[in-house]
Amino acid sequence: MLRDDSPPDMERVRQILETHERDPGELLQILIQVQHAYHFIPAEAAELVADHVRVTRAHVRGLVGFYSFLSDTYLGEYVVYVSDNITDRMQGSEGLATYLCNRLGAKLGVTRADGLASVHFTSCTGMCDQGPAALVNGLPLTRLTRLRMDDVAKLIQARTPVAEWPAEFFRVEDNFRRSDVMFRRPTEPGAALRAAMRRGGDETLKEIQYEEAVDPSSGHAWRRGADETLKELYRSDLRGRGGAGFKAAIKWETCRDISAPERYVVCNADEGEPGTFKDRVLLRSYTDMVFEGMTLCGYVVGAARGILYIRQEYWYLKAHLEQVLARRRDDGLLGRNVLGTGFAFDIDIHWGAGAYICGMESALIESIEGRRGKPRKRWPLPVVAGLNRRPTVVNNVETFAAASMIALKGGAWFAGHGTTHSAGTKLFCVSGDCERPGIYEYPFGVSVREVLRDCGGLNAQAVQISGPSGVTISQLEFDRNLAFEDLSTVGTFMVFGPTRDMFDVVRNFTHFFRHESCGLCTPCRVGTSLLANLVDKVAAGKGSPMDVEEVRKISQLLKTTAHCGLGQTAPNHLIDSLLKFRGDWDKRMMVTDFAPAFDLDAALQEARQLTDRDDAAAHL
Amino acid sequence: MASKRKIATCSLAGCFGCHMSLLDIDERILELLELVEFDRSPINDIKVIRGMVDIGLIEGGVCNAESVHVLQHFREHCRVLVSVGECAVTGGIPSMRNHHSLKACLEESYIRGIGVENAHVPDDPELPLLLDKVYPLHEVVRVDYHVPGCPPSADALWYVLSALIAGRDPRLPTALLRFD
Repeated sequence: MLRDDSPPDMERVRQILETHERDPGELLQILIQVQHAYHFIPAEAAELVADHVRVTRAHVRGLVGFYSFLSDTYLGEYVVYVSDNITDRMQGSEGLATYLCNRLGAKLGVTRADGLASVHFTSCTGMCDQGPAALVNGLPLTRLTRLRMDDVAKLIQARTPVAEWPAEFFRVEDNFRRSDVMFRRPTEPGAALRAAMRRGGDETLKEIQYEEAVDPSSGHAWRRGADETLKELYRSDLRGRGGAGFKAAIKWETCRDISAPERYVVCNADEGEPGTFKDRVLLRSYTDMVFEGMTLCGYVVGAARGILYIRQEYWYLKAHLEQVLARRRDDGLLGRNVLGTGFAFDIDIHWGAGAYICGMESALIESIEGRRGKPRKRWPLPVVAGLNRRPTVVNNVETFAAASMIALKGGAWFAGHGTTHSAGTKLFCVSGDCERPGIYEYPFGVSVREVLRDCGGLNAQAVQISGPSGVTISQLEFDRNLAFEDLSTVGTFMVFGPTRDMFDVVRNFTHFFRHESCGLCTPCRVGTSLLANLVDKVAAGKGSPMDVEEVRKISQLLKTTAHCGLGQTAPNHLIDSLLKFRGDWDKRMMVTDFAPAFDLDAALQEARQLTDRDDAAAHL
Repeated sequence: MASKRKIATCSLAGCFGCHMSLLDIDERILELLELVEFDRSPINDIKVIRGMVDIGLIEGGVCNAESVHVLQHFREHCRVLVSVGECAVTGGIPSMRNHHSLKACLEESYIRGIGVENAHVPDDPELPLLLDKVYPLHEVVRVDYHVPGCPPSADALWYVLSALIAGRDPRLPTALLRFD
């Protein structure tokens, strides 16, 4: 067992380092492996790692402090992270975490004295349709109950290796409840890529001289295929599925047209927006479509390297993803000679380490480069100077899957679905108070009410669209449409039943943003904390209209002055809630003028103890 | 002539630097005295506010039971209460102790300190007890305006005071908020 008094054996660190280049870009990946091996980053290991990739120890410590799943203190043989999304909370996660702590005799967030285990909360783990969920040593536990927690506690007490726990505990369902035209069934691996290349003429797929083919002036069929595919993408009017809705074809063309020695294709599978889990399902059951979309992008823009940046909450998909990549290499769909054309493209997997901000594209790139995930300045955009300052296409998992379908079926086919400005279909991640949570595919433009009807949640009082950073809509708005024209969304659809207290929702979201603010800019770092404090104050019955006014002011400040989207959208739910669910605030408003958030007399308690005083002047 | 506005000032966990900055308004102090009458203030050594005053200026954060009482007294007796300077607005330098427990702070000073004789934490009932942390004013009472700066410049204080006296919006223009 690892104990503080015996310095851990560094042999495994050395083994891990042997498998990694001396490249700062490897830093985060190395630290993740060290964390998995030791369940913390020992100071000695940090030193070895720093020397290996030639960065300062402070830099390594900076990463350990930044990413939630890295720790500089020992977390125990069993590390349990209970998912803290509002949907998990509504399913009782808070009580379950306490229950497990009690069963283990551990304090929340503190490693048990004998080093057996620790229990923590973590941001949404993407299992909202089958919660309450948790991670144990990185693997997802779903549909937790008290009975299951009893078993978990027993297995931990008996020191049973997680690999020997019942598989049922770790069962993750797709819950794909409704498919439309895109995700009826996975497409044949390679079909989209072949279709794309054939657009240049049948000779494309013959062996080619790559250098000649990529020369724009060559008029080579292979090159024509790429250009025609881009045209199809333009015809499709595909907009990014990560939420912002930027047109994919413009991004791809911009990347292609910038002169650079290298280009990259990055798939954003960080999926940190609480309540979102579509990428999890796509990467599990439509894996080839995603990788094929990335390969297509490489073909169109002239990139040789693709990177899947995936959140560590989905570590259980690692073996599956690696197996699919290996198969695609064997089948000539990846590697030095894709489909025998001489086109070289391969995909690496980069793991995140628990940071919502890394879903923001420039923060994600910083993370791939082995730094803290802090957003870069808005300009230049990653498509101009992204990974290693080279042109980089960063698209969402679903966008790449859609691109592969467009290559296969054509842009006009795709544009025939959805609405004028929101072509195609969209995956919605339905969770919360409804009978059938899961993934629903609809053409864009579907109304909130229709989704609610299909999932069995029509009696809802509210739906959170697009996660905590999105929009809270009330019953009055259920006829609004899910499309970029009206409610634009990454696909998150959290349903709140008639008896839910919407203030609890606000509190959960506010705490989420406080935790996830990257700390780069003051409005967000301080603002999200102030907002969480004010909401806690109202929750404690010490709030007054003045505090609500303060919430409004800080919200406005964040919206207008935060450095990136995280801070700018962090107060959305507060603004919506105050507008639409004021009743749940007002019933907590016990103070008319002002009251301190803390108990003044209790603030003197420590001094009373230290001085052994209890006279009248020793109280407030 | 209209009756003079009444002003009260005090320093809680502060260094009196903000008061010094107020005195730095130089000859404008004569103009100020034409417009206002000072009630409780360290400038005239009046200890208690008599009746209501129009404007209360407080520098320093809230560090002990006495500062809570003084602050509450000001809130009750000032129509407009202004937080003046870094310590009042954020806790400032004194709040650096918030990173440590009160026990650790007192032991460092009175038990383990260099040259300490008869080591014990002072417990005389005459002494106000320290709060667990140093708080900014607006976390203890409602505060109407904040004037940032360490200290706020004489010009900034003059701007705020003359605006409040004349009934104008006292919010500082950018030029007076910038330090470079």
